[in-house]
Amino acid sequence: MFKQKHYLALGAVTLVAVLVLSLPSSAVSHLILAVGSLFLPLFGLANSAQQLPADLADSVLPRRELLRQIDTLRRQNDLLKVQALQAAATARENEQLRSSLGWQRQVPWKLKLANVVMRDPANWWRTVQIDLGSRDGIQTNQPVLVADGLVGRVSSVSLTRSQVVLIGDPNCRISALVENPTHDTGIISASGPLDNSLVELTYLSSSANLKPGQNVFTSGLGGVFPKGIPIGIVAEDAQPVEFGLYTEARVKLSANLGALEQVWVLFP
Amino acid sequence: MNVFNIILVLAAAFLAVFCESVLPAARNWLGAQIDLLPALMIFAALNTNTAGVSLLAIFGGLWFDSLSANPLGVSILPLFIVGFPICLQREFILRELPFAQLVLGAIASAVAPALTVLLLLSGGKQPLVGWGSIWQWLVMIAGGALATPIIFALLNWCNHAFGYQPRAETSFRPDREIRRGRK
Repeated sequence: MFKQKHYLALGAVTLVAVLVLSLPSSAVSHLILAVGSLFLPLFGLANSAQQLPADLADSVLPRRELLRQIDTLRRQNDLLKVQALQAAATARENEQLRSSLGWQRQVPWKLKLANVVMRDPANWWRTVQIDLGSRDGIQTNQPVLVADGLVGRVSSVSLTRSQVVLIGDPNCRISALVENPTHDTGIISASGPLDNSLVELTYLSSSANLKPGQNVFTSGLGGVFPKGIPIGIVAEDAQPVEFGLYTEARVKLSANLGALEQVWVLFP
Repeated sequence: MNVFNIILVLAAAFLAVFCESVLPAARNWLGAQIDLLPALMIFAALNTNTAGVSLLAIFGGLWFDSLSANPLGVSILPLFIVGFPICLQREFILRELPFAQLVLGAIASAVAPALTVLLLLSGGKQPLVGWGSIWQWLVMIAGGALATPIIFALLNWCNHAFGYQPRAETSFRPDREIRRGRK
């Protein structure tokens, strides 16, 4: 049944697989960059194809609709200006209080916008790739967020692209703080492979008093995510696990991870 | 013909991996992304040779892993394990029958991801696996099974349209021509 060429094929494929799997991480990243760059023309093509319907829609939009949109945007802009003034006044007040108490000054967030170019083709990872890389100053472990809340963190970086591991992936654990009277803290970890809008908030103390609807934020512990980024809301009461050693609850994420198109990368 | 088939399968694998990463429709509707590489492996195993199967396993696996969070190279062996036995036994398989293609596609789509996850777990990785993975596995099996006859039809059409077709020999022989009329 087995001929010499079959043995050769079997040996060659096994050898290649073992060789690639045992390469050092620097060589692997170079190889991923080389193999992944083959897809760059297709990504450009897909981007243009996605842009085409929007361009066509723009070209046929009536003047009346454009004027209505401008009017709406003007009103929103005015509202946001007032809110920005309020926020600036609050920030000044906060800074004065911090300086009077001798607390460390809070560093303002520096953000960079990135497009989500692809999702992980494997069902057992929850990652996306963005179009910013090391040439844009991206480094591993930088937090990634949208206007609604936290999305994940940068897990690996190549020259022009970066991989972002999303909340709910086993490789993305976040120290979280619940906005309740007891300020319970826990760890956000993966829940299940199907529903990407729910995650587990685990390792809560056995006396944790979580109620549905309470907000969950990053706690700032661990050094990766700054304090105060919204994660989601508590979806159900905390349940005791491991014979009451600790409790855990489900959290509904604020960000819609299934419809990510643009994200913000947070710079230190 | 075999070389053209190999090129065709590799091009299809490249496009399939790209489409899986940029088209989230199946994931949004069914909760799982359908993997087309096992179905392509069935086509390669039944229509090319061991070189074609090996090349698809190596390049398809590398392309898939380069766009995924998988360790690079982990998908090579599962794809090869799916295609190699079928390639060896292909004389006994009714490869032209869509039902046979469907069954083989289902088996390949079941075995390849299961082996990949097993390899990941044995390598100390923590893939996102739970009870919901059974549903994802079933979607992948059904999707792969349905995709296999379509891939066969599509690639066979491409092969007929663009590949070299040897000229069919006629039964006419000049020395056996029946000459009519008088000399």
